[in-house]
Amino acid sequence: MSTQQRSFFFNVDWLTVFLYLILCAIGWFNIHAAVFDANHSSIVDTSTNYGKQFIYICVSIVVGIVILLLESRFIAALAPAFYVVIVLLLVLVLIIGRNVGGNQAWINMGGGFRLQPSEFAKFATCLLLARYLSGTNIRVTDPKSFLMAAAIIGFPMLLIMLQPDTGSTLVFCSLIFVLYREGLSPYFLIIAGLFITLFVTSLLYNPLYIILILVALTAFIIFLFKRNRQLIKTMVIGLAICIAFIFSVKFIYSHVLKKHQTERINILLGITTDLRGKGYNVNQSKIAIGSGKLWGKGYLHGTQTQYSFVPEQSTDFIFCTVGEEWGFAGSLTVISLFMFLILRVILIAERQRSPFTRVYGYGVASVLFFHVVINIGMTIGVVPVIGIPLPFISYGGSSLLSFTMLLFTLIKLDSNRKSNV
Amino acid sequence: MNKFFERRYVVTGIFIAIILALLGRLYYIQIVDDRYTIYANSNVRRTTILYPARGPILDRNGKILVQNEPIYDVMINPKEVKPFDTLLFCKMIGIDKEGFDKRFIKAKRQSPNTASIFEKQLSVELYAALQEKLFEFPGFSIVPRTIRTYPDSVAAQFLGFIGEVTDRDIKRSNGYYRLGDYIGVTGVEKAYENVLRGQRGVQVQMVDSHGAFKGSFANGALDTVPRSGERLTSSLDIDLQRLGEKLMQNKLGGIVAIEPSSGEILCYVSSPTYDPNLMVGRQRGNNLAKMYNNPYKPFFIRPIQAQYPPGSSFKPLSALIALQEGIINPNETFYCTGNYRVGNRIVHCNHGEAHGTVNMAKAVAESCNGYFTMVFQRIVDRYGVKNTEANFVAWRNNVMKFGLGARLDLDMPAESRGNVPTPLHYDNAYHKGGWRSSTIAALAIGQGELLATPLQLANLECTIANRGFFYKPHLIKAIGTENVIKKEYVEKNYVGIDSGYFEPVINGMEAVVENGTARRSKIPDIIMCGKTGTAQNPHGEDHSVFVAFAPRDNPKIAIAVVVENSGEGAHWAAPIASFIVEKYLKGKVTPRESGFTVDYFANANRLPDLSLYAQDLQKERRRDSIRAAKVDSIKKFKADSIKKFKADSIKKERREAAYNNKPANWIKTLTGGRTGKS
Repeated sequence: MSTQQRSFFFNVDWLTVFLYLILCAIGWFNIHAAVFDANHSSIVDTSTNYGKQFIYICVSIVVGIVILLLESRFIAALAPAFYVVIVLLLVLVLIIGRNVGGNQAWINMGGGFRLQPSEFAKFATCLLLARYLSGTNIRVTDPKSFLMAAAIIGFPMLLIMLQPDTGSTLVFCSLIFVLYREGLSPYFLIIAGLFITLFVTSLLYNPLYIILILVALTAFIIFLFKRNRQLIKTMVIGLAICIAFIFSVKFIYSHVLKKHQTERINILLGITTDLRGKGYNVNQSKIAIGSGKLWGKGYLHGTQTQYSFVPEQSTDFIFCTVGEEWGFAGSLTVISLFMFLILRVILIAERQRSPFTRVYGYGVASVLFFHVVINIGMTIGVVPVIGIPLPFISYGGSSLLSFTMLLFTLIKLDSNRKSNV
Repeated sequence: MNKFFERRYVVTGIFIAIILALLGRLYYIQIVDDRYTIYANSNVRRTTILYPARGPILDRNGKILVQNEPIYDVMINPKEVKPFDTLLFCKMIGIDKEGFDKRFIKAKRQSPNTASIFEKQLSVELYAALQEKLFEFPGFSIVPRTIRTYPDSVAAQFLGFIGEVTDRDIKRSNGYYRLGDYIGVTGVEKAYENVLRGQRGVQVQMVDSHGAFKGSFANGALDTVPRSGERLTSSLDIDLQRLGEKLMQNKLGGIVAIEPSSGEILCYVSSPTYDPNLMVGRQRGNNLAKMYNNPYKPFFIRPIQAQYPPGSSFKPLSALIALQEGIINPNETFYCTGNYRVGNRIVHCNHGEAHGTVNMAKAVAESCNGYFTMVFQRIVDRYGVKNTEANFVAWRNNVMKFGLGARLDLDMPAESRGNVPTPLHYDNAYHKGGWRSSTIAALAIGQGELLATPLQLANLECTIANRGFFYKPHLIKAIGTENVIKKEYVEKNYVGIDSGYFEPVINGMEAVVENGTARRSKIPDIIMCGKTGTAQNPHGEDHSVFVAFAPRDNPKIAIAVVVENSGEGAHWAAPIASFIVEKYLKGKVTPRESGFTVDYFANANRLPDLSLYAQDLQKERRRDSIRAAKVDSIKKFKADSIKKFKADSIKKERREAAYNNKPANWIKTLTGGRTGKS
């Protein structure tokens, strides 16, 4: 027993734990700066966001330790049950949930605390996906298996879309990287990239020009490979689909997307500017980050932060505080920490003998990556504003707890990598 | 290990590429692009300008002419306004409900979240009452400021006034002034704006996203303390000024008195004048409009803007030039028959008097037109009629050395040049070579195209008093507490006449007062040398002119008085001048043999009949009043000068008819029917 204990201790990936703790600490300090008020200067005052965040961090660490003490086999075994519970909660939130900011995403827990099931849905989905894809005779290349995997991802997505929480919905799209790693055709990635590009460009420019460019490009490729009839056929069909997509963009834009979504996209693409209204948030956020220069204005000295020019600053726009008070040095530090963490997670995933842990690890990396890129991207105005938090740093108990569970489950699984699960 | 192992590199590659792109963008907006720092600063910084107190202005004895008085602006922050007793509030600050709504809407539109001015310049009394009740009116606050106040209400045209800057002022100042700032508009306030305004301070504060103040920026590193404007010591004597304004009330005209030994202006009266206190406070706009519409033009600064024909007061100067040029010997006699023939015209002495045998002193004392026309002709013809132009130019240059026909660079804005006609003027009027001494003979007796401001006339007297030089006249004798004086004011300006030539002329001028035209204005125990003038002009009755200095030896004061449209110099200008001279030299006015009293002259009304102004007014109302008036008179003069005698005669007749309808022919009652000379 004692040798097992020691090996467990040494098998825990302390580097990941260390990165996690640093990120949590950075988050806490920046939340403190974001909501700092000279009248409540104690950093652990529980009536304030940073005081609450301190509690969340403590709870998360306890939960992390509990996870590390769990039996690895339980985790895989309990995955479907956990998934079902989360799905039920997602249904429940649609019925009894509290509507905050247009999203019916919270369940009141009493005592001023609220639970956001969609945050935990990522964790549950990753687990079940890992469990499913690690099953015998399951190959993503097999259409039946692919559809099943897509269903596992799609079901919670659908429920979250009904809240409607676009940000959290889109997070699930990042799991395409998991499927790719497990054998999904690269065309999915390419086509996804192509469609995103077409969507943006056809909003920015006259669709006619884009179609002309596409036709010219296709003609050129066909000219190069005129012997390859199969390729010609694919290219022509592809072209037809692209053109159809371009024409449908306007329709999607005006009928499928919500008004606030199209406004956010318009502002991002510079189609409309509305610095006092819809564009206020992003503009002020850019001003905060941009005015940080190299070394920043110093802790509690960011004028944008201290004088509350950026709304939602302790949650979705927490990166403004980092950018303003710590400058590019701070931005670089935080992004580097995330990059190390993500690369470390991929490394952990790849060193597993168990496919379950590997698939799960890729899930963790993909979700983290998506959150970091989209969150920071929206604060500097390169992606539309979709409210998703910055992992470990943004204020919010559900978010912190779910990311802690996500990460510590991987650490736990990794610590058992020598034994076959 | 497993089939798609190599795909880890693809995924890692995509992740790293996208994160690097994000970092690149961050590098751009944080390090490369400087705009955001500017935006952030403009978000959070609010610069408040701290206005310094404007410099006070004292008279030569240290008595206060202008000082600052606290007043109170009511500010409103529309966001903080809660329901209150509107009616009471309106009553307290003296506005009606309609005015309240108008101001409230304006403030709300201007700045809904920050304070803006609701009502300007509350008096101390209103402020005291409002201050007690202020807590009942949430959203309103009071900001103290200062305004100008004039304890003695004198010297309005000298002091001028301040007003809000115009767009042009802002442009011209390269952005020093901002909208709502005050700037000197006229008078000394304008001339010494840079000294009086002091140095503004700034206070940079920080505001949050709601515009609420959050303390000073960078611990006040950018803040500067305002520095009060410099104190100006004027050369005016407030008692003399008060007496001058009293004497000139209900008359048009000006008085300038100068200390010959320094060029300091002692008295600077422009009549009609106004109470400078009307130009501040809440009624300023109404008062301004009233003043602009006043047909007697109180904003017309007569001592330096009005240009009068000097008339006979010019004769001493004529005599001096002739002496210097060796044209005439002071003892040389001339027989006056009462009229003198120039070309095909005849110059009459006033009132058809024949002076008989006159020498220079007597000619000055009795104002013999014939004598001076003769002298003038000799000057202009001295090198033959073919050289008329050159001779005239030489004469003109001599005249201009006395400061006539050009600005004296008084330390006040809007000074007029006066006029000494150029040869070109006559070339245009006749043709080149088409004019002779006889053509322009009217210049000899200060008529024709000659024009001078009262300031120029007073300066002329200074030069005679000093026997040949003058100091540049000025109104500010010292700047600041260190009493800085401009260098140009302590330099003598010589006029090119040897001091020896002055005595015969001064003898004549002494005789003017002792037993000549102005003998009724003789001051007991003081020898005053003067010269009366009766200036014919195209605007109506003659202007009454008197110039003088006193005492004869070691003169302390030189003075010029013009009373418009009042007839002869001896009747109005001379007595007024004598009171001022006496007051300055003795500190009081003593009873006169002639029975002249200050009260009589102060109470007399010599304002011209408004109906005579009607035509001029209609013309001028179409233009801007002050400047137009100046330009107009010159233009009109040029146009009229030649044909004056013909064209004006009809108009004049009509005017004279109007005057004759006046009930009292006061001159007769005063002088016992005897008409004086001028």
